[in-house]
Amino acid sequence: MHLVYPAVLAALLFSVGLYGVLARRNAILVLMSVELMLNAVNLNLVAFDVWLRDTLHAGQALTLFVVTVAAAEIGIGLAIVLLVFRSRGTADVDRLTDLADRTPPGAGDQADTGTAATGRGRAA
Amino acid sequence: MILTAEANGFLSPNGVEIVFLLVGVVTLGAAVITVTTRQLVHAALWLVVALGGLAVEYLLLTAEFIAWVQVLIYVGSVVVLLLFGLMLTRAPIGRSPDADSENRWVALAVALAAAATLVTVVADAFRSTWIDLDRSVQGSPEVTGESLFRHWVLPFEALSVLLLAALVGAITLSRRRGADDAPASPKQER
Repeated sequence: MHLVYPAVLAALLFSVGLYGVLARRNAILVLMSVELMLNAVNLNLVAFDVWLRDTLHAGQALTLFVVTVAAAEIGIGLAIVLLVFRSRGTADVDRLTDLADRTPPGAGDQADTGTAATGRGRAA
Repeated sequence: MILTAEANGFLSPNGVEIVFLLVGVVTLGAAVITVTTRQLVHAALWLVVALGGLAVEYLLLTAEFIAWVQVLIYVGSVVVLLLFGLMLTRAPIGRSPDADSENRWVALAVALAAAATLVTVVADAFRSTWIDLDRSVQGSPEVTGESLFRHWVLPFEALSVLLLAALVGAITLSRRRGADDAPASPKQER
């Protein structure tokens, strides 16, 4: 098999995941896109491991480690998203702008005035 | 490892390559639908198709153990976790018009630029590289387990500690606190 096929497929899957991370608004959909990017990397690792015939099988071992770390990441990420949803009532990454360098339009209930004023001064 | 593939042209693919290409098209299509559909639950279900297609690709690359791990962990548990997360955050059933943010076109431009760059570089670098799949099986459970428990024992054990830490962290984060503990949050039903 040509190595180009899995490598190009992995590159395209990574780009699709990149689009999803940047364009999605729901935090859980962003996590799904991150999973797509990690799987693209895994496909690359497996393909290059099979091509190189590594005696240590570093590619496949690293793939297993990436799968494990992805499982841990999705557990922690979902716990954080649930916590944010429980305290804010939304899982929308566009509306979680408390740490932004400007006051969010129409959401002045939680922004304290001191840091908001300095933030506006710095942004202007 | 064979560096040149002059004998194997792109215009005469063998059976494995044809199957790989077909499954790859299905996987890529499912991934595109996952990141573009407006129905949130359907995105999770299309993700199952994409991850299952990747498991088939691992099987075609003779990485048998990785394929079954992929099916067990991703399709079995990660997607179920994502569905639980969608339901617990009260994701709307049906079409939600605000699934994509306004900077969708910037994201599309960035993704297309990344895809063009990566595909150009990868295709130029590995145009004549050939994977020999016929010699010995690379990813049977025996081979993978031997290398994992002979050369990679220490990272393996460290990962088990990491998983335990992630489990404890997830429980601690999602545990409901007392009313005096979190005064900012609205009172829960307890």
